[in-house]
Amino acid sequence: MNGYGAVLERITRVPGVRGAMLVSVRDGLMVSDQLVEGLKGAAVAALAASLAQRVSRALAAAGAGAPAFWHLHASDGGILAVTAPEDLLVVAITAPDVNAGLVRLELLRAAEAVA
Amino acid sequence: MTARAVEPWAIAPVDAFVHEVQARLVLVMTPAGQVLAQWGFARAVDVMSAAALAAGIVASTGEIARLLAQRPFAVLNHEGERTGVFLGSFPTGRGPLVALVVYPLDASSVGIVQLFFEQLAADLQEASPKEPATKQVLAADFERELADSLNALFGR
Repeated sequence: MNGYGAVLERITRVPGVRGAMLVSVRDGLMVSDQLVEGLKGAAVAALAASLAQRVSRALAAAGAGAPAFWHLHASDGGILAVTAPEDLLVVAITAPDVNAGLVRLELLRAAEAVA
Repeated sequence: MTARAVEPWAIAPVDAFVHEVQARLVLVMTPAGQVLAQWGFARAVDVMSAAALAAGIVASTGEIARLLAQRPFAVLNHEGERTGVFLGSFPTGRGPLVALVVYPLDASSVGIVQLFFEQLAADLQEASPKEPATKQVLAADFERELADSLNALFGR
């Protein structure tokens, strides 16, 4: 496991987290991941990075500054993401009943750790 | 704007791909450079140039892979300052095809292109006739065949 792997593993220890990954926003490619089997990591990475770019533009247009954290909550799960330095995104894929506050805290720690 | 194709079964998959990726230019061709479908090109000469250059890249990287005792590269990607160029090959009922994709980096990414390229390959594989094209283009007919293809690709 590389250094990023250890950082991501902390996120996956939160109950209800199915996987975590570090994504390059510009490329939409995974830098590192800790995912349960069956999750389409490459697809999530590409689409999450695309979404992050669009959210950034929407917030900039609204004069709200750069996004720090976003959470998409769906019926069968969710995606939480925190922006990290070097144009990276720390992403967690979760079950619907996860403690989002705790996941956010771990994502912020991970973003600090990769800085 | 929709894709233009020499064979109509290629139009819907290319249109869907362009929509998802927000590609600027797309060319679907054989590894030898015979164009099957195009999206975004305004001039026939640009299609011919891009197809010839892409075929050259496929041939030269295939040869590098052969020298390294590797299988040919499935995908090549080049990122410039504002634009990316993606070249990927895939099998179909009509034999192997190559897709050349030019995409803007401010609206798309190599991850998105790679993701939907897999879908494009699957869609073209499913849509393509199962028997390979048997018609041989003779040297004497080459110019007429080329003109017919370009007319189809530009809706003339």
